[in-house]
Amino acid sequence: MSPTATATITPQDAPTTMLDDFLIRAALAGIGLTLATGPLGSFVVWRRMAYFGDATSHAAILGVALAFGFGLPLYAGTLVVALAMALTVAALSGRGHAMDTVLGVLAHAALAFGLVAASFISGLRVDLTAFLFGDILAVSRTDLAVVWGGSAVVAVLLIWRWQELLTATVNEELAQASGQDPLRARLVLTLALALTVAVAIKIVGALLIAALLIIPAAAARQLARGPESMALAATAIGATSVLGGLQASLNFDTPAGPSIVVVAALIFVLSLGVKRRG
Amino acid sequence: MSALIAAENLSVRHGEATVLGGVQFAIERGEIVTVVGPNGSGKSTLIRALIGLEAAATGAVTRAPGLVIGYVPQKLHIDAGLPMTVRRFLSLPRRVSDAQAEAALARTGVPGLGPRQLARLSGGQLQRVLVARALLANPDILILDEPTQGLDQPGTAGFYRLIEEVRAEMGVAVLMVSHDLHVVMSASDRVICLNGHVCCQGTPKVVSAAPEYRALFGLGTGGAFALYRHMHDHDHEEDEGHGHDHGAPHVAHPHEPHSHGHHHAAGCTHDHA
Repeated sequence: MSPTATATITPQDAPTTMLDDFLIRAALAGIGLTLATGPLGSFVVWRRMAYFGDATSHAAILGVALAFGFGLPLYAGTLVVALAMALTVAALSGRGHAMDTVLGVLAHAALAFGLVAASFISGLRVDLTAFLFGDILAVSRTDLAVVWGGSAVVAVLLIWRWQELLTATVNEELAQASGQDPLRARLVLTLALALTVAVAIKIVGALLIAALLIIPAAAARQLARGPESMALAATAIGATSVLGGLQASLNFDTPAGPSIVVVAALIFVLSLGVKRRG
Repeated sequence: MSALIAAENLSVRHGEATVLGGVQFAIERGEIVTVVGPNGSGKSTLIRALIGLEAAATGAVTRAPGLVIGYVPQKLHIDAGLPMTVRRFLSLPRRVSDAQAEAALARTGVPGLGPRQLARLSGGQLQRVLVARALLANPDILILDEPTQGLDQPGTAGFYRLIEEVRAEMGVAVLMVSHDLHVVMSASDRVICLNGHVCCQGTPKVVSAAPEYRALFGLGTGGAFALYRHMHDHDHEEDEGHGHDHGAPHVAHPHEPHSHGHHHAAGCTHDHA
């Protein structure tokens, strides 16, 4: 799995070292992703954008199919289609459509189109299930760099615009009366979402990206008294889920992506036992 | 003196429907102006257009350069998923020091509320916190959209008293939309009666005596005024500190001494678009 075993490793050590290596890469990739999903997931919860996250991540499958079909870089194709979907949803949401219906149509149509498109691409060597469910154990060094790079951009974007995003989330009119443009806040979050989806698809897969956004944030809600502490707690819970899920995957030979989400869900259930602090 | 915000022949359309037509409006420094009118008369639309939340179909809205608006929205719904203390909320959109935050809370009559969750406040507390937040920007004008919705009579009266005190201390202009006709009548320098256009405007006395106003609110001759007078007297019995002329630096239309006579000429400005 790892092409990077070094010459100093003796043959009998090699399997464990290699194991460590891909596990470490997986853990690093997962933790890197939570830098973005913690704060972004908090906004998704605060603004009730859960379905929005679904639509965007499902559209990413179409992006994967198109990227392979046209021989484009995978991340670029995913990012473009996810962004197109996110912008479409954002544009429609301002026009008084019944949003749950529109999003339901868009999310599932994008997923179905992606799966159908993939079947048309002759000689597609890649198993799409890897993109539906993710394959965090197969993360390469390049993937690792992309995940950390993308997550860092999202985290910096959100931190840089934090006050403005938070004001617009609390009340858009209030933001506008203070001379801010709530549309810009929406655009920033839309961009951040598309970018997160694009870098996350290899790790947890299109079907579970939204879970990684929402579940840690929902669990963090129980523990936090303010928005900043909730975003930090969401990141911490996300990282714990990644480590716990990888450990579980190793121990019980379960698929890694879903195991991470299962651990996050268990943390959420535990958090319900905690008396809400805020 | 130039106006803080002025609307010149302002019309706003929602799709085909003209919600607001031909509105001439101006508010000056230190003035308390209240917009009244039936449901659907365009009160909130006017406020939103003045802030810049709605585009003008015709006409124009001009705001004084560098104008700082302190806005108090009609409703503030905090999603249950968003933990937010009063203290944190006061630092939106600009961060303020703990001392500034506490001073603003004390000024609006809710000291020590900082650590509380916003979502758990009573309606009256939330309104005062909203005003505190708006004041922290050192606004030239406070704009409040139906600020006393859901408050009981004493709560409403107390809230308007607070607004008058703030105006007197800070010289801030106040523009509000209200349903509380009688209370408004005693607390405003100028009342604008809206029904898709400006029906009439002027001092509270003048407006309450105007036939347009009475027709709009379905009050028989003397009804509105009797109500106004009743509330007015009531206020004075309950609270001598009601003071309309708390030394506001500039009041463009000083509140007239409260005459108890019935000799009002209906001096309403007609502005039928």
